Amino acid sequence: MDWSFMLAHVPDYLAGAWVTLRFGLYGILCSLAVGLLCCLARFFRVPVLRQIAGGYIELARNTPLLVQLFFLYAGLPRVGIRFSAETCAVIGLTFLGGAYMAEAFRSGLEAVDRAQIEAGACLGLTRTQNIRYVIFPQALATAVPALFANVIFLIKETSVFSVLAMMDLMNVADTLRTSGGRTVEVLCMLIAAYLLILLPVSVIATRVERRLRYAGFGDQHSV
Amino acid sequence: MQDLGISILFKGINFQRLLGGLWVTLRLALLTIGLSTVLGLLFALLMLSGRRWAKFFCRAWLEIVRFMPQLVLLYLVYFGFARLFGWDLNGEVSALIVFTFWGAAEMGDLIRGALTSIPRHQTESAEALGLTRGQVYQYVLIPQTVRRLLPQAINLSTRIIKTTALVKMINVTEVLKVGQQIIGQFYRQPDAAFWVYFVIFLLYFLVCWPFSLLARRLEKRWA
Repeated sequence: MDWSFMLAHVPDYLAGAWVTLRFGLYGILCSLAVGLLCCLARFFRVPVLRQIAGGYIELARNTPLLVQLFFLYAGLPRVGIRFSAETCAVIGLTFLGGAYMAEAFRSGLEAVDRAQIEAGACLGLTRTQNIRYVIFPQALATAVPALFANVIFLIKETSVFSVLAMMDLMNVADTLRTSGGRTVEVLCMLIAAYLLILLPVSVIATRVERRLRYAGFGDQHSV
Repeated sequence: MQDLGISILFKGINFQRLLGGLWVTLRLALLTIGLSTVLGLLFALLMLSGRRWAKFFCRAWLEIVRFMPQLVLLYLVYFGFARLFGWDLNGEVSALIVFTFWGAAEMGDLIRGALTSIPRHQTESAEALGLTRGQVYQYVLIPQTVRRLLPQAINLSTRIIKTTALVKMINVTEVLKVGQQIIGQFYRQPDAAFWVYFVIFLLYFLVCWPFSLLARRLEKRWA
């Protein structure tokens, strides 16, 4: 191990991690928004939108991100639709992630007991109030583990951003590997970098999930 | 007037070439799924063996594949192993090692989950009815395990198929690479790239979608 080489390149990895994290975060936030919209369109059976959401979810879930990015970045410009690499990265991650998030939200909504919704209506809550105070909080609590699993999945998926010539962690490592020849050091730092990003996310996920379980939704605290 | 770019796919054997490229990743995925199932079974048995070291070993294995992007693992084996151990593995062999390492752990965890989800009283009732140990497995445990496992295992298989697209990044000539070669030959056709990548996108969808539908169907029927 050449420690001085590793120390000298810490700043490169920090820059790469910043790219990975920043565009990963943009993609995740957009995915949450797209996922929520798709899920609501399907849950409330909004005509037309519901079919579009359904078709989109199938398309996005059944194709690899790498292929989606090639189409966005190398295919679309040929018919006059041009995006920067960064925009492609966010669009691609959102296209993939939105579908996964929608499925996570859906599983949460479906888990809400019908009796809860009916009880809400019986208490005289309007439809909006019922959604706001009864359905949504419970659905979200159930969906959280799946949502966090998707966040980790999407951060891992950002590793293919390197095909867009973005200097993310993967590309930083690849550039150093081809120029320096210190493959082992380069890869060790790459692994360490992903661990440092993903471990905190996983710890936060566990804590949030535990808290929500204490909140006592569902039937472990029967009425 | 120029032809539409899609026409180049029907020139000569271009379409067969694309399918050939797709077959490279599909063959890899099939091998991975087969090996992962066999090793996953061993993984599950090891995890349920009750030995602490075995459980620790399996958990560590599972955490590694859950935390590391598959692309990082591919780089580690393809570039790193040559340096560390002097093994000059080609792209496909490296990919098979990495994807099996990942798939076996994921499959093992699914098998473990399915096995442990069967309530104990099922075995006890079967024994009370006078079934022999073999019969308990044949008529009670295995059918129920398979019903819980199969939809999830099919979903994992589509994930494996999608993930094998990553071999593009370690210089395996697969469908995206073949697509680039075709685009290179038809550089006079400005929208060639659009159609080629669009068709690759559709091909992946057509491969993965039936599996997703099947998984959902089985899940509904057996739930």
